[in-house]
Amino acid sequence: MRLSHIYHLGIKELWGLWRDPILLILIVYSFTLSVYTGSTAMPETLNRAAIAIVDEDRSPVSTRISTAFYPPYFVPPQMITPAEMDRRMDQGLDTFALDIPPNFQTDLLAGRSPTIQLNVDATRMSQAFSGNGYIQQIVTGEVSGFLDRHRSEQKLPVDLVLRARFNAELNKGWFGAVMNVITNITILSIVLTGAALIREREHGTVEHLLVMPVTPFEIMVSKVWSMGLVVLLASAVSLIVVVKGALAVPVQGSFALFLLATALQLFATTSMGILLATIAGSMPQFGLLLMLVLLPLQALSGGMTPRESMPEIIQNIMLAAPNTHFVILAQAVLFRDAGLDVVWPQLLALLLIGAILFAFAMRRFRVFLK
Amino acid sequence: MAAPDRAGLPPAEPVVRLSAVTLSYGKTKALDDVTLDIPSGCMAGLIGPDGVGKSSLLSLVAGARAVQAGRVEVLGGDIADAGHRRRTCPRIAYMPQGLGKNLYPTLSVFENVDFFGRLFGHDREERERRIASLLESTGLAPFAERPAGKLSGGMKQKLGLCCALIHDPDLLILDEPTTGVDPLSRRQFWELIDDIRSERPGMSVIVATAYMEEAARFDWLVAMDAGRVLATGTPDQLLEKTGVDTLDAAFIALLPEEIRGEHHDVVIPPRPEGASDDIAIEANNLTMRFGDFVAVDNVSFRIGRGEIFGFLGSNGCGKTTTMKMLTGLLAASEGKAKLFGREVDPRDMDVRHRVGYMSQAFSLYTELTVLQNLELHAKLFGMAADSIPKRIEELAKRFDLSDVMEALPDALPLGVRQRLSLAVALIHSPDILILDEPTSGVDPVARDSFWQILVDLSRNDQVTIFISTHFMNEAMRCDRMSLMHAGKVLVSDTPAGIMKSRSASTLEEAFIAYLEEAIAGAKQPAPAVVRAKAPLEPVETKRPPKSGFFDVGRMFSYTRREALELVRDPIRATLATIGTVILMFVIGYGINMDVEDLTFAVLDRDQTTTSRDYILEIAGSRYFIEKDPITDYADLDRRMRNGELSLAIEIPPGFARDAARGDTVEIAAWIDGAMASRAETVKGYVQGLHAHWLTGKIRERYGAAATTGSFKIETRFRYNPDVKSIVAMVPAVIPLLLMLIPAMLSALSVVREKELGSIVNLYVSPVTRLEFLIGKQIPYIALAMLNFVLLTAFAIFVFRVPFTGSLLAWTVAGLIYVSAATAMGLVISTFMSSQIAAIFGTAILTLIPAIQYSGMIDPVSSLEGAGAFIGQIYPTTHFMTIARGTFSKALGFGDLGGAFVPMLIAVPVLLAVGTLSLKKQAR
Repeated sequence: MRLSHIYHLGIKELWGLWRDPILLILIVYSFTLSVYTGSTAMPETLNRAAIAIVDEDRSPVSTRISTAFYPPYFVPPQMITPAEMDRRMDQGLDTFALDIPPNFQTDLLAGRSPTIQLNVDATRMSQAFSGNGYIQQIVTGEVSGFLDRHRSEQKLPVDLVLRARFNAELNKGWFGAVMNVITNITILSIVLTGAALIREREHGTVEHLLVMPVTPFEIMVSKVWSMGLVVLLASAVSLIVVVKGALAVPVQGSFALFLLATALQLFATTSMGILLATIAGSMPQFGLLLMLVLLPLQALSGGMTPRESMPEIIQNIMLAAPNTHFVILAQAVLFRDAGLDVVWPQLLALLLIGAILFAFAMRRFRVFLK
Repeated sequence: MAAPDRAGLPPAEPVVRLSAVTLSYGKTKALDDVTLDIPSGCMAGLIGPDGVGKSSLLSLVAGARAVQAGRVEVLGGDIADAGHRRRTCPRIAYMPQGLGKNLYPTLSVFENVDFFGRLFGHDREERERRIASLLESTGLAPFAERPAGKLSGGMKQKLGLCCALIHDPDLLILDEPTTGVDPLSRRQFWELIDDIRSERPGMSVIVATAYMEEAARFDWLVAMDAGRVLATGTPDQLLEKTGVDTLDAAFIALLPEEIRGEHHDVVIPPRPEGASDDIAIEANNLTMRFGDFVAVDNVSFRIGRGEIFGFLGSNGCGKTTTMKMLTGLLAASEGKAKLFGREVDPRDMDVRHRVGYMSQAFSLYTELTVLQNLELHAKLFGMAADSIPKRIEELAKRFDLSDVMEALPDALPLGVRQRLSLAVALIHSPDILILDEPTSGVDPVARDSFWQILVDLSRNDQVTIFISTHFMNEAMRCDRMSLMHAGKVLVSDTPAGIMKSRSASTLEEAFIAYLEEAIAGAKQPAPAVVRAKAPLEPVETKRPPKSGFFDVGRMFSYTRREALELVRDPIRATLATIGTVILMFVIGYGINMDVEDLTFAVLDRDQTTTSRDYILEIAGSRYFIEKDPITDYADLDRRMRNGELSLAIEIPPGFARDAARGDTVEIAAWIDGAMASRAETVKGYVQGLHAHWLTGKIRERYGAAATTGSFKIETRFRYNPDVKSIVAMVPAVIPLLLMLIPAMLSALSVVREKELGSIVNLYVSPVTRLEFLIGKQIPYIALAMLNFVLLTAFAIFVFRVPFTGSLLAWTVAGLIYVSAATAMGLVISTFMSSQIAAIFGTAILTLIPAIQYSGMIDPVSSLEGAGAFIGQIYPTTHFMTIARGTFSKALGFGDLGGAFVPMLIAVPVLLAVGTLSLKKQAR
């Protein structure tokens, strides 16, 4: 192994990338605009939930309830008839429909304990639960506010003061922005190494390399470092300019520690790219394999939905994926300001997964070259 | 040549007329103010070195490349006019440079010709008749079922010719059709052309060639240099004009003084007697098998130091394989290869330092400039940094590369690229040079100077040269040579010895005699040698009816082709179908919105029964798992920071006492907000539990009556009454998968043709861009629909997600949706220039919008900014609505009509964008 070979071959890879302008544009797009859009689109907690109200009572209290829903949590409610309710929910226009029965106020004041019906479109899981909670709170608040003026109620003076740490406003965009960067890191590093390797084979340049005094190991390491470096730089810039700058996400933790983790993640994903390329026979096959690998990495690494809620077996399987550890680490470092003492298990896991993938890829790569 | 005798050339009406045509690629001028009339009804040849613009000229004439300046008239009309191009392209046949460049390697011989036949609109009977007669007359009939990629070079070119001739062209354009083809196949090729011409005397043929001996048999020649025409006329006229007796010499004489000045005949001094008895290369019974196929069969030879050893043989006879075994690129199945007495070991880096290898295909880095290529190789061979610039300068001068040092190899003509390859192979001053057809496609002047270098290396520097070639005059220059056929060495001797042994007057004759003997011996159906003289049917000038802008037949010819390629690649279809089902499982089970088993811990400063009761309320719910109590604030901070706790609760001292007394007390709760959606759910749970605890306490204290007089809210979770994630997620995963996979499948279909060269068939055939795109799209739609059926079946029968709505509406929506998804892949494919960019682009442009903006998790109505806009127009959003509507909400067409409209708009819009961004000509 010679460092100078690895260096020069890596420089060659960088030139190759530099000469593909469309690819460069895509890289810039994915690490800037795409991250920005993805983050700003993300609703903050319950955002602009579509609600409709069937007011069959038309009393002061029902009016009071109807006017209590407003942005940003809800879109201004649609006042509809009972007949419209089913149709609108079927078409997916409303996520929630609140049905206030006739004589609600009369029954309420008479102590007959009337029932308000809340219809929730439970196929929209993300809003169904939190929205349900919010609506119950709002309606209860309004009704008790109304009742307070009519009679006094027994209360227990215990308040619950809730504070969200690390992201006081529960702004989903913060985390979304970082997750988008992570997604792009994964996609780009796999594509750059894997697809580039297949292209070299389709164009016959790999063969040429082999008659020169370079070893497969040197070829592979040169690809890993050069493409890894490109992605590392892109993600660093993205994090500083887009996430911290344009999106003003208060990233707290140690940037250096995060970059170190990114480097380890890239070690794993670039190796994975080479591995995929050696498995796929042609570019079209590689494209499909890429999708089949990316989707679980993206959806199950804990970035989209919490790991705790996944079935045990999926949680365990996903421990073999570098992204899982990287997402845990990114949350800890960037938002909770965790230090090396906290995230060392993740770093170790990344290093281990990367080494295994690299060794696997190396073996396949030697066969691939034959 | 069996051409009609037309002494007084050029005749009346020229078939091609160029006036003041200029073509440049960036700064390089390929054609410089060319004015030229090419006579019709004859065989016209373009001769000249590489890079003088022959190929550019032919591609302009064929309509494959857009005219930049000047006027090009072909068959009586302006080729720049799209209408004329459409009318005349069925009368023009074009075979681009490169072996089988416009063929489809995975399709069989028959299927390739059939594809072209369909493209030009012949009906079935007509096609079969023509294909049979073409394959018969080219001798390809016995190989009709063989994939084109597995043919030898000569057979590929014959197949290319069949594909070109299927539609009875009036103008046949051949760009270096015999470059890289062995002499026997070459001879057969030209005999074939002669036959065709004698049957279709009206047909004009324009050929570019690097072989002067071929050009000597043409009717009329154009000599070109540096983008300009040097001279035109019959071969005799050119000879007369220059007063020499061979065309090679005539061409050199026609060149401008400064270029000609450098040229001199190659003189080979004899090898000094017994100069060296060292054996440089030794092969002992080398054998290479690929499966059952024996590529190299028991080959042995010894080559002395400083010797020039030639290797001749038809394409695919095992020359390249032998060379690869010598370099250690391939490990021999049997036998031994030795270099300088040492066995070839692929791991031995020392041997590589002594060998320079130049492979058949140009395999240097097209993304590096000439200088960078040289530098990279010098560095990799470990040359001292200070000696590199001097060495590069020396080589640049020797190989005449000084002017192009900053150019990218793709922009250079073939001959220059071959010189660069050789320079690279020589950069570390190796002792052995292994050159695999280094002069294929290189013009005579360049070839001579190339050989001069080889001779100098051999005689002066004692470099051993092992070279394969198709040029007989090059073979004559070797000290010794071997003839190879079908993996076996037929004979090894000096060129003179070989000629003598067959009493032939030329090496070519001797070679062909050996080949024919070998073929007869092997009792193979000798391709085309015994031409069964099945003449092409008398030509009816009847042409298929020309249809307008959209022809279903042409479209289906692409559909068939694309489908065949898909069928030949079962791995792709399997990945697409089985892969998606697996993904559905993983994601359907994996993405779960029910948040459970959250960790929490309490800092209880009260330590009373009331406080413990409060804690039990939370710990007892199925949502939370209690961890060890928190000791102090530092502990709380640490454990939240490392993600151990999702929720921390602090109960103040005196909690029970104050609450009982009626003083306000505050319980503090901290939620980990790093992941907002989870925090949101935690918040909801805690508030709910807190309220429940309060109600219970009030009841305890004031009796049940205290809480009546109020009201109830009854929540009905509709469509998914058990609020199961799987019911919500599985129908949502189907749109996601049916976007990603079909888009990725179709995304490579166009860009791959661009990268591999067969896109030229779109340029020169009557197929329109829309036919091309839709034709390609159909097989992917079919595959995606298969996927659709599989996924739906799994959702219903395996995941047990109840399907309550209209199956018809769901299926129709699926069809429209996969059409949109594949169309999106096609749009990406037409925009991108490389397959890598297409893969990356598809991943970025489908994965993120489909997962984040299409309502899978967050409803589109709650999105903001650009994401909301993308969500509203993205097809996945609407299909997601339909998926949930038909699966969970018992809906049909009537209720979901609104979701169909945007998808119905998306398909034609995407196809229009794809059509507009696709070019019908190269630029």
